[in-house]
Amino acid sequence: MAQLNVNGKMVQVDVDPSTPLLWVLREQLDLPGTKYGCGIAACGACTIHIDGRATRACGIAVSSVTAQQKIVTIEGLSPDSSHPVQKAWLAMDVPQCGYCQSGMIMTAAALLAEKPKPTDADIDSAMANICRCGTFVRVRAAIHSAAGTSNSKG
Amino acid sequence: MNTHEISRRSFVGGITATAGGMTFGFHIPFDANLAHAAAGAATPEINAWVVVKPDDTVVIRIARSEMGQGTLTGLAQLVAEELECDWSKVTTEYPTPGQNLARNRVWKDFGTGGSRGIRTSHDYVRMGGATAREMLKLAAAAEWKVPAGEIVAAQSILAHKASGRSASFGQMAAAAASIEQPKGVALKDPKDWKIIGKPMPRLDTADKTNGKLVYGIDLKLPGMLNAAIRACPTFGGSVTSFDAAKVKAMPGVKHVVQVGDNAVAVVADTWWRAKMALDALPITWAPGPNKDLSSAAIKAVLTEGLTSEKDVFIGNSSGDAKTALSGAAKTVEAVYSVPYQNHATLEPMNATAVWTADKCEVWCPTQNGEGSLAAAAKAAGHAQNKCDVHKFPIGGGFGRRGSFQDYVTQAVLIAKQVPGVPVKLIWSREEDMTQGHYHPVTMGRMVGGLDDKGNLTGLHMRISGQSILSVVRPEGLQNGKDPVVFQGVAPDDPVKPTANEHALCYSIPNLLIDHAMRNPAVPPGFWRGVNVNQNAVYVECFMDELAKAAGRDALEFRLALLGNQPKAAAVLKAVAEQANWGKPMPDGVQGRGLAMMRSFGSYTAALAEVSVSADGKLKLHRIVAATDSGYAVNPTQIAMQVEGSFVYGLGAALHQEITIKNGGVVETNFDTYPTLKLSEMPKVETIVMPSGGWWGGVGEPTIAVAAPAVLNAIAAATGQRIRSLPIKDQRIRV
Repeated sequence: MAQLNVNGKMVQVDVDPSTPLLWVLREQLDLPGTKYGCGIAACGACTIHIDGRATRACGIAVSSVTAQQKIVTIEGLSPDSSHPVQKAWLAMDVPQCGYCQSGMIMTAAALLAEKPKPTDADIDSAMANICRCGTFVRVRAAIHSAAGTSNSKG
Repeated sequence: MNTHEISRRSFVGGITATAGGMTFGFHIPFDANLAHAAAGAATPEINAWVVVKPDDTVVIRIARSEMGQGTLTGLAQLVAEELECDWSKVTTEYPTPGQNLARNRVWKDFGTGGSRGIRTSHDYVRMGGATAREMLKLAAAAEWKVPAGEIVAAQSILAHKASGRSASFGQMAAAAASIEQPKGVALKDPKDWKIIGKPMPRLDTADKTNGKLVYGIDLKLPGMLNAAIRACPTFGGSVTSFDAAKVKAMPGVKHVVQVGDNAVAVVADTWWRAKMALDALPITWAPGPNKDLSSAAIKAVLTEGLTSEKDVFIGNSSGDAKTALSGAAKTVEAVYSVPYQNHATLEPMNATAVWTADKCEVWCPTQNGEGSLAAAAKAAGHAQNKCDVHKFPIGGGFGRRGSFQDYVTQAVLIAKQVPGVPVKLIWSREEDMTQGHYHPVTMGRMVGGLDDKGNLTGLHMRISGQSILSVVRPEGLQNGKDPVVFQGVAPDDPVKPTANEHALCYSIPNLLIDHAMRNPAVPPGFWRGVNVNQNAVYVECFMDELAKAAGRDALEFRLALLGNQPKAAAVLKAVAEQANWGKPMPDGVQGRGLAMMRSFGSYTAALAEVSVSADGKLKLHRIVAATDSGYAVNPTQIAMQVEGSFVYGLGAALHQEITIKNGGVVETNFDTYPTLKLSEMPKVETIVMPSGGWWGGVGEPTIAVAAPAVLNAIAAATGQRIRSLPIKDQRIRV
C-alpha cells in the first residue's frame, strides 16, 4: 500500500511497488489527463510536477515517491484553468490534437516557476516534449506571453 | 471507482454518461427515430445537421473526425454561416456511424483523410445550415401569420420588421423541427460570408488545457478490463504457440487469448498488469516467408527498378522525352531516395469493445467511423446494423487511423472471447512503432535535358518503389497502375487546368514520368501528404540541380516553366518576395532554398533559410510558407496546419527512418525514431493567400514542400547536394 500526496490530497493505492506512477495516476486514481506516449521517458506526454519539478511519470516507480512529496497533475495545476500558462494556451489556441498538451503545459509551468522570465534558449532547453502535430511555434509564443517576455522567433 | 465523464458532445446517443458514473446500457440506436430523439436530450433536431435547444444552444453535427487539424471548427463555421446563428452559442457533436447507416447515410462520408474534410463536404453541410434556417423562418411565419420572405434571421434571432415581432432560434426550434425540409435553398454568395473566412478560435481548445478532454485511451467503463497485445514481429508471420499457464497467476490477469492468426493478448484488470504479463508470456512465432527481408535487400530491388523496363507504368507523358534527352546540349542526372516512415501518432492505437451474441459496440479514435463500423461488424460476426462505433477526439491521425482499422478488429476479436465485458485494448509504443502501415519507400531517378540556352527541353522521372493501393485498395489500380504513386506529378487536364488536384504544374515540352512498381513485404500506408512528399523531393530538388547546371536562378528557372500556372507562380513569388530572394541574406544565414507543389487541390510554396557550421551542424533559421487553397475557411487554422506541417515534414526529413531487419521493424520507440524538437524549430511566417473560386485541402499540402526547401537551402549553403533522406545519415548533422 503506497501513500501519495496528489493534487493536495492524501491517497492510498494498492499496487505493485514497481508500477510506474503514470499508470497509478491513470488507472488507480482516475486522473487520465496525464498521458501515455512512449513509456521510456522520451516524449514528455506524462509530465507531472513532483515538488514543483517537471517529472516524467512513466519512468518513476510508485515506490520511489514518498508521502511527503507533492505530486501535481494537469488536473491539479489550477482549480479553474486559471494558471497563466493555461490562460496563454487558450488565448493563443495552442493545441491541435491536444494529446501532448498536458505534458507541454506542465513542463512550461515548471519552467516559469523556476525562471519567470525565460529566454528562448531556456525554452529550447526545457521544452523537449514531443508534439507530432507540430504546435511548437505557438508553444513558444504562449510561454513568452505567459511570462511577459519577447519572442525572438515570433 | 469513478468513471470518466464522457463529454456530451462526443455522442448523439448510445451511452448515457453522468459525472458520478456511467450507465452502461449497452444500448444501440437501431432506428432513425431513436437517433432523432437522443440528440440534445429530448430536443428534436431541426434537420440532421442542426439541433437548437430551448436555451438557444446550437448543436452542430460533425460527420468528419477531429484529430487536431481543426475540421470540427471549420465545418461548424460552414453550417453556422448559413444558419445565421450566434457563433458564441455553437457546440458540436459526432453522430455515430450506426446512426448514419440507419438514416441512409444522411451525413454522407465520415472518412477524414486526403485533406478532404471541408473540401468535399462544404456544399452539403452549408446546405444543412441553410435549410435549417429556412425551417426556422417558416415556423415563425406560420406562427406570426406573415410571409416567410419578410422574416430576417441573424445572430440566432428571427425578426419580422413590419409587425415588430421577434423570437430566438430556441423558441422556434420545436416548431421548425416538424416542418418539411424545403428543397433547393440558395447558398450565400461568398462575398456575404461573416463566419467563413474568419479566424474563429477553435471550439475544442479549453478542455485540451486542463486534462478534461477524454480520448479513447482514457475511456473507462464499469466492469471494463484492459488488454495488451503483441503481434508477430515479422511481417506475414503468425503465432505458433504461447504458454498462458506461465502468466495466469500474475496479479490481475484474467485471460490470455490469441487474436487472429498473428497476435496474442493478455486481458487484466489494469493495462499495466496486462502489459507486465504479456512481457513475461512465452510466445513462439512462425516468422513466415519474409524472415530474411532487410533494408539492404529492399534498396537493391528499388535500385534495379530505376533502370528496368519490367513492371513499369507510365503516369504522365508528353512529347518525346527520350529523343529530347539524347539530343540535349547538356543532360543532368540524379538519384534520390526516401525511406519508410511511421505515423507515430502520440496517442497509441486503442479501441474499447464489448461483444455479445447479438450486438457489438466500439469506442475508439478513428479517421473513418464507417470503416471502423465495418471492421467491428466483420470481426464480431454481426451485421453492421447490430453494431455501432463511438468516435473520440483523436490524439493524432496522419492517415494511420483511416484505412487501417487493425486495432478495432483486434479489440473486437478480444472482446468476443470475453462476452458481455467491455475490454479496452491499448497498443504499447513498441507495438505502434513495429506494427505500422508505413509511408512507402521509393527512389527517384531524374534525367533532364537542357538546350544551349539553358532551357529544360526534356525530363524523365523514374519512380521505383512501393505502391500503396496494390496492398491497401487493389480495386483502385488502373490496369495495374497505381495512380497515387503519381500524386503531385500527374498530368493536368488540358481543358480545365484545375481539374487534377495532384497535377504537375511545370510545362515541360518532352516529359516522361513512370513507375517501376516494386512491392517489398512491408505494409505501406497513407501517411500525411502521401506520395506527394517523395515526388516533391525528387522534382523540387532536381529543379534546383537543373537551374544550377543551366547557370540560372532557381526562382527564375521555375517561373519560366509556370507560364500556364499563375496560381503556382503566385505562391512561389509570394515566399520569394517576403524573404527578399535574390538580395543579401540576413546575418548568419548561408543558404536559401525554394519549393512549390500543387496537391490536394491547393498550391503551396516554401522558402527555407539555413546555415551549416564548419563541423557540419545544420541550423534552420526561418521558413516562409504560402498557401492558396481557393477559399480559406479559417485562416488561423490554416496557419497552424502550415506550421505543424514543417514539424511533421522536417521531423521526417531530418531524423526519421524505419529500417527492416529479419523481416521486421528495427526501431521500437522515440529513442530510435526521433521527432523534430522545439529547439530545432525555426520561425515560420505563413502567407495565407486564398484566391477564391474553389475548395482546396490544407492538412497535407505543405508537408511536401518542407523537405525540398530545406534540402535546396543546404545545397545553396554548402554546395553539397543531399539526395537521400533522412538527412541524419549524411555529412550534415542535425
